Amino acid sequence: MAIRERMSGNEAVATAMRQINPDVMGAFPITPSTEIPEYFSQFMANGQVDTQFVPVESEHSAMSVCIGASAAGARAMTATSSCGLAFMWELLYVAASSRLPLTMAVANRALTGPISIGNDHSDSMGARDSGWLQIYAENNQEVYDNFIQAVLITEAARLPIMVCQDGFITSHGVSNIQLIEDEKVKAFVGEYEPEDYLLNDRNPLAVGPYGTAPYYMEVKRKQAQAMMDAEEIIGDVARRFEELTGRSYGFIEEYRMEDAETAVVVIGSSAGTGKAAVDELRERGVRAGLIKLRVFRPFPAKLIAEALSGVKAVAVMDKTDSFSGNGGPLFSETRSALYDRKERPLMVNYIYGLGGRDVTVDHFFEVFDALGRIAESGEPGETYRYIGVRDAEERRR
Amino acid sequence: MSSQVNRPVEIRWHGRGGQGAKTACLLLAEAAFFSGKYVQGFPEYGPERMGAPITAYNRISDEECSVHSNIYTPDHVVVVDETLLHSVDVLKGMREGGILIINSKKESSEIRQMLGGYDGRLCVVDAERISTETLGRNFPNTPMLAAVVKASGVLDQAQFTKDMKKSFEHKFRTKPEVIEGNMKALTKTMEEVYVE
Repeated sequence: MAIRERMSGNEAVATAMRQINPDVMGAFPITPSTEIPEYFSQFMANGQVDTQFVPVESEHSAMSVCIGASAAGARAMTATSSCGLAFMWELLYVAASSRLPLTMAVANRALTGPISIGNDHSDSMGARDSGWLQIYAENNQEVYDNFIQAVLITEAARLPIMVCQDGFITSHGVSNIQLIEDEKVKAFVGEYEPEDYLLNDRNPLAVGPYGTAPYYMEVKRKQAQAMMDAEEIIGDVARRFEELTGRSYGFIEEYRMEDAETAVVVIGSSAGTGKAAVDELRERGVRAGLIKLRVFRPFPAKLIAEALSGVKAVAVMDKTDSFSGNGGPLFSETRSALYDRKERPLMVNYIYGLGGRDVTVDHFFEVFDALGRIAESGEPGETYRYIGVRDAEERRR
Repeated sequence: MSSQVNRPVEIRWHGRGGQGAKTACLLLAEAAFFSGKYVQGFPEYGPERMGAPITAYNRISDEECSVHSNIYTPDHVVVVDETLLHSVDVLKGMREGGILIINSKKESSEIRQMLGGYDGRLCVVDAERISTETLGRNFPNTPMLAAVVKASGVLDQAQFTKDMKKSFEHKFRTKPEVIEGNMKALTKTMEEVYVE
């Protein structure tokens, strides 16, 4: 029987961590993920976990702790946000290229410039090419479920994983959740038995040595292969999780896409807001649909292309800007995924929700209105669009 | 806007940093959760400063609500600090028939005047007096929570009283003297306040 509870997304992650009881947690606090190590240190004080909790002086060191622990053969975790993730940057690549299993909770927050504590995806999206697996959540239930699955994914794929949720929106928002019993979570994640590890004196190895030119590229090629191979692992773990809980998780969620003529592609908590808009539009007879990305790395290109191929007009929504002059990361990859298809929808990109800017059901109505016009006229118009940005005159008011 | 049959009840809280409006909002979410509802309780975060105006929100419904945005057309508005009436448009977007629940020692006519002749539904609660009488100190959260439940009718009052007793017993298990005071504050508020 599931446990009916209510809690914030941060408490949900900390609860999953308590149930998993990892060997090592490296911790340095940063808004809005600070509550995760806070809750976890309470569990430590209560004797509910026997994790080696390593409070350090920076995120650079928190990630280093996790890398060291994972290389030694331990199950390691941490949590961070925004500039904290940015400060880990150098080590993100070390973890991924050393093929170290690691689970990191990310409460997504804008990167500084201007300073902001508000939510957007610039932190984890900036790390999209670091070789980490990335999973995103719409609500506290998903971040809890994703976190538990992530432990098995990272250990089987031997690639580190980020489990992302929207800072404040879900990290600090309290809502209903179904928890899994402690013993069932423990049985699901099992004991971590690494294949190769530094503390194994029967099979000595080096981790993180210099990669000379004759070897470097092979390491990278294998890393790329591991990312592709992770696809099957993520699917397997989701199937096992569904057997345990009845909750099913794919790479993408197709919401009312059966006969959709217009659709949005979106990541994170705004997917929920978009679904409410789709429901309302469907009542009015508008054939609207929504695709939510759960897994961004590896990128589910084929699935997205299939889901979108029959749609007339699509808006891909990015909660970060690439400043590329060529659209945000989700847009670029989604559009690229459709290049080889004979049937392709017209496609525009919306940048939205930067630095905590609120996104409402009405905003989604505006997007679908625009898509309706694009579908009817066959003209995409301006490709790169922004939601709710005031012009100079409005700002003066 | 929305025509959903199962539209959640939406409540917006106005307070000042450090006064406990966020805590009261989360308490309401908890009370609604206990009574079997789907809930959302979330504050709007900015630079955190003591005394600065803050906003917090509740959605309460019988079915899960997937919307993750702030609330712009609340069913009811709660004002924890009446001095906010000078600087914040607390009535902004409030739905027709919605109730303004305000913590104040003032007469309702004076509040209406401060709001430019507001003639909608109003519930004035003197949370400071009730809290001082029952808890011996000014902790406005319990009276405000009780006033919201009574005025809005969003939860069954008898069930709410029972659930909160359990919640206080859990929360204050190391300070049992506070449990009785809080329960008194709760019942006294529900006896006293009314919507006009």
